[in-house]
Amino acid sequence: MRPFLALVARDLRLAARIGGSGVLGLVFFLMIVTLVPFALGPDLNLLARIGPAILWLAAVLSTLIGLDRLFQGDEEDGSLDLLRAAPAPLEVIVLAKVVAHWITTGLPLALAAPLFGLLVALTPQAMGAMVATLIVGTPALTFIGAIGAALTAALRRGGLILAILVLPLMIPTLIFGVSAANAAMGGTVPFATPFLILAAISLMTAVVGTVASAAALRWSE
Amino acid sequence: MWQLANPTRFMGYTGRLLPWLVGAATVTVAIGLYKAWFVAPADYQQGETVRIMFLHVPAAWLALFFYSAMAASAIGSLVWRHPLADVSQKAAAPIGAAFALICLVTGSLWGKPMWGAYWVWDARLTSMLILFLLYCGIMALWRTIEEPARAARAVSILTLVGAINVPIVKFSVDWWNTLHQPASVFRFDGPTIHPSILYPLLVMALGVTLVGVALHIAGMRTEILRRRVRTLTILEAERLDPQAA
Amino acid sequence: MGVRLEVKDLACRRSGRLIFSGLSFALTQGEALVVTGRNGAGKSTLLALLAGRLQPETGTVRAEGIGEATLAERLHWVGHRDALKSALTAEENLAFAQHLLGEPALGPRDALEAVGLAHAAPLPVAYLSAGQRRRVALARLLVARRPLWLLDEPTSALDKASQATLLRLMNEHLAGGGLLIAATHQALGIDGAREVRIERTPSPRERGEGWGEGEPQDGARSESPPHPVAPDGALDLSPRAGRGDGRA
Repeated sequence: MRPFLALVARDLRLAARIGGSGVLGLVFFLMIVTLVPFALGPDLNLLARIGPAILWLAAVLSTLIGLDRLFQGDEEDGSLDLLRAAPAPLEVIVLAKVVAHWITTGLPLALAAPLFGLLVALTPQAMGAMVATLIVGTPALTFIGAIGAALTAALRRGGLILAILVLPLMIPTLIFGVSAANAAMGGTVPFATPFLILAAISLMTAVVGTVASAAALRWSE
Repeated sequence: MWQLANPTRFMGYTGRLLPWLVGAATVTVAIGLYKAWFVAPADYQQGETVRIMFLHVPAAWLALFFYSAMAASAIGSLVWRHPLADVSQKAAAPIGAAFALICLVTGSLWGKPMWGAYWVWDARLTSMLILFLLYCGIMALWRTIEEPARAARAVSILTLVGAINVPIVKFSVDWWNTLHQPASVFRFDGPTIHPSILYPLLVMALGVTLVGVALHIAGMRTEILRRRVRTLTILEAERLDPQAA
Repeated sequence: MGVRLEVKDLACRRSGRLIFSGLSFALTQGEALVVTGRNGAGKSTLLALLAGRLQPETGTVRAEGIGEATLAERLHWVGHRDALKSALTAEENLAFAQHLLGEPALGPRDALEAVGLAHAAPLPVAYLSAGQRRRVALARLLVARRPLWLLDEPTSALDKASQATLLRLMNEHLAGGGLLIAATHQALGIDGAREVRIERTPSPRERGEGWGEGEPQDGARSESPPHPVAPDGALDLSPRAGRGDGRA
């Protein structure tokens, strides 16, 4: 437990000192949401109907932005070797880093969603649903992204390759996230169905992502 | 201007000036708020909500003003290399961003009773949102580059490129068909607002401007101190090994 | 601590190239091993292999007396890179290492004092020079108690005074029953240290024969053995006092 907490604390402290990931992710989120009405035109009815989809897409893309730094910093300065020497399995190390990363990127996104929901004219129920689906769904995005980050940790320009690797894997999360948010706005599908599936996806990716990322780091040489 | 170029002298002058400035700002804002609440008449259509304007409009003016100040400092930085120009830019960014945010938020709160929506994608609102995003980008770039002189050059270029947005914000209500009301104060033909609203507005604007300038000067002083701490830390680290490492 | 490290017939391949083969040695409490060889010979590779970072091609690495833990969890590895976070202070870096690795020994401030950097404790590592960073990385050896130390070119970027400090720390570690393996170019001055020398195996292309890297043709030509091998295959390591010099 000690190494896990020590690592989470270190990563949170680094995020607070260096800044970057969390706030930049939010600003990027805001920019994508801003871009869509430029492309589609300012029709508020249309925007309200596709609002959840826009916000989820923006969440996926902002998550990608911060992901390549998940393991790269530690790989570059040799900290990864130090982490391997900890009396904890590599999976626990990976879990600690992903948790810290989600707290600084995914969680702020989910909490900021209502504000950005204003820009796409979401109803209050839809905003509440967005927050819920994002809180439950962004962990899945981070865990899946961690696999790509671990695979590309040693690459110079890993960012683009990482995106190509993980985007297909993120599609189910995206589908059920949007589906749940839309269900909250009305329609035939009850909110619980896609929402619970989304939760299940997050739990599964937590396991698969941790194990796969640890394997990728272990066999990166 | 060049007399103030020496940071130490700048700290000296502003140290004496700042308390007076803060005092003047407080008094002016107090007078402005009083006039805004009790003297200015309520709008016959909108009722009391129109009073948001007394904060919203000055905030908008200051968001534009600070960006222009940053752009001017950027030129001073790149062309004349005035030593305090970098410091001025860096201190101005968060203040201008804050005013832009206040403008957006107060406008949004005003828009709900007036237009029925918290946000519409019309030219004036959108260009102000873009101004806010430009501020965010500038603040992000400041944080990313560690070395102050290099950061200042990069940010100056970015600021000047983005300066095109300032006239767009100003004239957006004239150039496009927008929901937002057209310019009523800064027009070639003179203001179209009734004096009973105009004067409180101008007083508030003056007061908020003094607040902004006071914050800016305080921000510059803090930045100068921050750079001194950085230099001292570097020297401290070097001091440790007299036989060199 | 009763720790004993035994390496038998170890070979390592990287990017298709056989770095070394037939390496065997045993190390027990209080003993030091110095690994020498030219640049690129494979000294760092050996350390990385022992640290668990790489997998051996053939051969075994066995450690006794470390209980349930893996070897990687019972060693300190100070490599070329410092594993220090620039944004954190020297003290914070060491405190983190202590919490991470467990078995706390010296406190971060005391460890920094031992390497002569007590004043650097509150400074962000970004402000320190390369030599100072190296010393902070070495201070990490002192904050967590581990029996085996793997040091890769520990004297690089260190001035004479710091090298003397390092020697003292290494001797204290050995006196306390620790094991030490150091890859180095220059003499470290450890009494009683044994030496293993890795010669880089020239590839067929470098020998001017064959079509390039890869397995020898027809099994007729074999790579020349990296170092003298006794008839029964065991490596002849006679203790040579303080002979850590990297002479060819």
